[in-house]
Amino acid sequence: MAFKIIVCAKQVPDTNEIKIDPVTKTLKREGVPAILNHDDANALEEALRIKDKYPDTHITVITMGPPQAKDMLMECIAMGADEGVLSSDRALGGSDTWATSNALAATVRKVAEKNGGYDLIFAGRQAIDGDTAQVGPQMAEKLGLPQITYVKEFEIADDMKTITVKRALEDGYQILKIKTPCMLTAIKELNTPRYMSIGGIYEATQKEIPTYSAADLGVDPDKEVGLLASPTNVYRSFTPAPKGKGVMIEAETEKEQADKLLVGLKSKFVI
Amino acid sequence: MAIVVLKDKCKGCKLCVKACPFEAIDMDGKLAVINEKCTSCKQCVATCKFDAIEDTDAGKEEEVVDLTAYKHVWVYAEQRAGKLMNVALELIGEGRRLAREISDETKVYAVLVGDKVDQLASECFAYGADGVYLLENDLLKIYNTDGYTKVLTDSIRQYKPEIVIFGATYIGRDLAPRVAARLNTGLTADCTRLDVKVSSYIDYANKNTTLDTSDLDPNSTETGLKQTRPAFGGNLMATIICPRTRPQMSTVRPGVMTKIDRIEGATGEIINAPVELAASDIHVEIVDVVKSAKEIVSLSDAEIICSGGRGLGDPSGFDLIREFAAKVGGVVGSSRAAVDAGWIDHSHQVGQTGTTVKPKIYFACGISGAIQHLAGMQTSDIIVAINKDPDAPIFEVADFGIVGDLYKVIPEIIAEWDKAEELYSESLHHTA
Ligand SMILES: Cc1cc2nc3c(=O)[nH]c(=O)nc-3n(C[C@H](O)[C@H](O)[C@H](O)COP(=O)(O)OP(=O)(O)OC[C@H]3O[C@@H](n4cnc5c(N)ncnc54)[C@H](O)[C@@H]3O)c2cc1C
Repeated sequence: MAFKIIVCAKQVPDTNEIKIDPVTKTLKREGVPAILNHDDANALEEALRIKDKYPDTHITVITMGPPQAKDMLMECIAMGADEGVLSSDRALGGSDTWATSNALAATVRKVAEKNGGYDLIFAGRQAIDGDTAQVGPQMAEKLGLPQITYVKEFEIADDMKTITVKRALEDGYQILKIKTPCMLTAIKELNTPRYMSIGGIYEATQKEIPTYSAADLGVDPDKEVGLLASPTNVYRSFTPAPKGKGVMIEAETEKEQADKLLVGLKSKFVI
Repeated sequence: MAIVVLKDKCKGCKLCVKACPFEAIDMDGKLAVINEKCTSCKQCVATCKFDAIEDTDAGKEEEVVDLTAYKHVWVYAEQRAGKLMNVALELIGEGRRLAREISDETKVYAVLVGDKVDQLASECFAYGADGVYLLENDLLKIYNTDGYTKVLTDSIRQYKPEIVIFGATYIGRDLAPRVAARLNTGLTADCTRLDVKVSSYIDYANKNTTLDTSDLDPNSTETGLKQTRPAFGGNLMATIICPRTRPQMSTVRPGVMTKIDRIEGATGEIINAPVELAASDIHVEIVDVVKSAKEIVSLSDAEIICSGGRGLGDPSGFDLIREFAAKVGGVVGSSRAAVDAGWIDHSHQVGQTGTTVKPKIYFACGISGAIQHLAGMQTSDIIVAINKDPDAPIFEVADFGIVGDLYKVIPEIIAEWDKAEELYSESLHHTA
């Protein structure tokens, strides 16, 4: 029986390219490239490596987002995924991590219904726009799955049932064993994602990407998904105040620069 | 269990048996029966063609949460191998501040989860805890998601704290989302500022942000938790609230809150919380825990940090940075570019995906000042930037900027360091 993997991915703005509008103090989103979230690319890469070894592995990439997120799913197919599934609906907009995980858990159930179950869900640790790292574990909770986060090394036994991972900690790592089905989240140390292949790009253009609405997913916009159902709300948002520019030390020689700096540090009572 | 099979509707088609990821459905003749392996994943509910399987929790009217039933502030006092994490003590300090702002009766409790961790209680009291909850069991000796989530969730349901805060460590960020999802409450990740009083929030915002606070009422008595965090790589800050559910939960970045000064001999109330846990509750096997032999970098406690970036040019550049740090009594930091280049270990990285620091002096050497780097160091008391590019963005946040080659400037700072006192009094003399 083929091994079935669901990869969770998100299309995110490249936060390196984001600029703040100096007048309105809001994010300038226009012209900011939308990319496949970094950690999610690592999750997909690991799934692809399983498929490299066991070619009958089936990989579905799921995402929740606006219709444009299809582009990212195409990219994932071009990298080697078998299919992409988009959950997209205005009723899903404004979801916090609790509500997002409801929508994605429902998407997983939908895919599982279509494909006859799943063995492994692989997500990225966190997305670079929100940086919460909460959606993976919250989906796992809603799907009743055991989880391992911060996976930096991955190995699956030949019986395709037991997975052994190295889970990163700030001061070392744990070696953990988990049985399928389960949820894992990837960090960048796990691997280096591959590029899209020419064949894959062609493949991607040939594939239909199914889109599920909130009604298709069977989720309730008043109680489970969207802005109103979300337990957390944004109270205020703002840009950090730029820290005032200090003094530039002007001097003829490096020694003089050093001396002036030390005098400056002394005058601030920090040394 | 919340999943039930409706006898009159089940046709015995076994679709659900096939669909179940956990082998939790057996057939009793022509009837599907849910067994104890069920995790409530609801795959069968989605799969059944005859609407014969129901989640009895789903239709249930959402309980109206009585917000006033929730009291006190809990701090998850993370310990590893019987040692408290620094961030736990920082959060006890912060939790105490919040508790005092909520009301005179509001207390801050440290929550210790583990096996035989009672000896850590005195440390929690010394750093300001009014009380300590002990959640002990031999299955909790080493952190595991399933066990810790279960006992913590059970205790939160029983004791009903108003606020629960966790350190945003690799473990806190594994545990807190799972707990929040089980409790169906909100969780805000990686906060860098917490407030309860509107007036404190206004003070903070006026001092540190561009937020227009004129529509906020400083006399408001509302004390919901206002959780401020960076988003979009630090380009934007958002303050998040959790108005309808309890507890209000956050994870907080290590290094941003301040411990209170140690109170020698402080004591308080110790509560042994009931713990119900069986080996079968835990689905992940811990094979080994490996502490890395690499030097422990305590960036978040450092008073002085000397950081090097890609501008060092090659890995040996860190020899100069180490020499510099040794001279000034500092700790070595780095940008992500230097880590990615393999010049130095990730544990030295400062920034959004590294450590947040606020030393007295931060030396940024050959670091351009990308927003993700700034996100981790711009609250340092004094920032010194050394960069050959006069237009490098790091100079926008630097208190002292030196345009020059770090390989020429740093050796001079090292050479002159001990003369600082002398140079300073000379400078006073000249201007006097
Ligand atoms: C999701 C995400 C998360 C990230 N998280 C982090 C993070 O946590 N921390 C982090 O640091 N970065 C992070 N980054 C990366 C960040 O965007 C920058 O790429 C990185 O900080 C650049 O490092 P740098 O300043 O050392 O290198 P560069 O930007 O290449 O700057 C090198 C600087 O050195 C100067 N220089 C060169 N030679 C000399 C010399 N001889 N003397 C003096 N100056 C010299 C140059 O003028 C230049 O300004 C993140 C990026 C992303 C997308």
